Amino acid sequence: MKLSFQIKTSVFFRLLMEWLTQPWPWYVAGPLIGLTVPILLLLGNKTFGISSSLRHICAACLPAGIPFFQYDWKKESWNLFFVGGVFVGGLVAGTFLSNPEFIQIAPATKQALAAQHVTDFRGLIPEDLFSWSSLTTLRGFILMVVGGFLVGFGTRWAGGCTSGHAIMGLSNLQWPSLVATVCFMIGGFLMTWLGLPWILSL
Amino acid sequence: MKTESEEFIPAVSNDPKARLSLGSLVPYAIVGMFFGIVFVKAEIVSWFRIQEMFRLESFHMYGVIGSAVLTGMGSVFLLKRLKVKALTGEPIRISDKVFQPGQIYGGLLFGFGWALTGACPGPLFAQIGAGYSVVLITLVAALAGTWTYGALRRYLP
Repeated sequence: MKLSFQIKTSVFFRLLMEWLTQPWPWYVAGPLIGLTVPILLLLGNKTFGISSSLRHICAACLPAGIPFFQYDWKKESWNLFFVGGVFVGGLVAGTFLSNPEFIQIAPATKQALAAQHVTDFRGLIPEDLFSWSSLTTLRGFILMVVGGFLVGFGTRWAGGCTSGHAIMGLSNLQWPSLVATVCFMIGGFLMTWLGLPWILSL
Repeated sequence: MKTESEEFIPAVSNDPKARLSLGSLVPYAIVGMFFGIVFVKAEIVSWFRIQEMFRLESFHMYGVIGSAVLTGMGSVFLLKRLKVKALTGEPIRISDKVFQPGQIYGGLLFGFGWALTGACPGPLFAQIGAGYSVVLITLVAALAGTWTYGALRRYLP
């Protein structure tokens, strides 16, 4: 009796882990991300947004007398705790729930990237392009440093990122957020189709 | 010349001290953690997935963003309709977004960066957690970009 119970729980646990380590489909992930919006509102009237955390870090570490960084960032600590949590979540998922298989990429994308000399299709990010050793190459510098700079500068100038505008803003039917989201996409299409082929060939 | 008027309007609170205790902040870290797990497990933090999206070769990211927005819309509608209060007892209030030209210029620039790095700010934190240590450099670059915006702000449209 006891033994069969043990077998049942171990089978259940194995199936659970199997399901957890598989990549999750969009219809599971999307609604879970969308639920962040009401959860943060319910927790403490907080509007979902991630790029603000970068501003708070600047205000906390290097305000340098710039008016834009002169505010009580401690009042916005929740946002820093939230991104700290995102980091821990990445750690948990990457350590305990990581997918043993290679990532499944759309065949057309894979072909196009392989033609651009991307060879590493194992993980979430191709090591050919993103690694400490490629940081000193022009290609790696543009992808990581210039790209990162544009993410920080662009989101702040736009007043939000994919979370603040695309998810929170659209959820609240804000047309300025729709403008921002459309521009995010246009920028991405332009870079992917016109910029990246040249950058990847460097 | 811009005024600093669109600084943070802190949520109305009856007791500022209560809002800053560790106990009141930990729940946000827990929500963030679940969020980070979803990010990694649904491969939203993958450079490849962002490439698929912009190359229009996979539905995955469109499905994620679309269903996230619909879920958010439905919940915001319900919260407003039912006049739900936050756990802190305050009525839930969401400030409106004001249109500014930066949403176009900054939006385009962020789009460029999104396609290059394959990450928006949230995924950067999750990628570092998932063991891609070099993304720390991308994050520092993003901080530099944010800081530069703060410094140049008054000269920008």
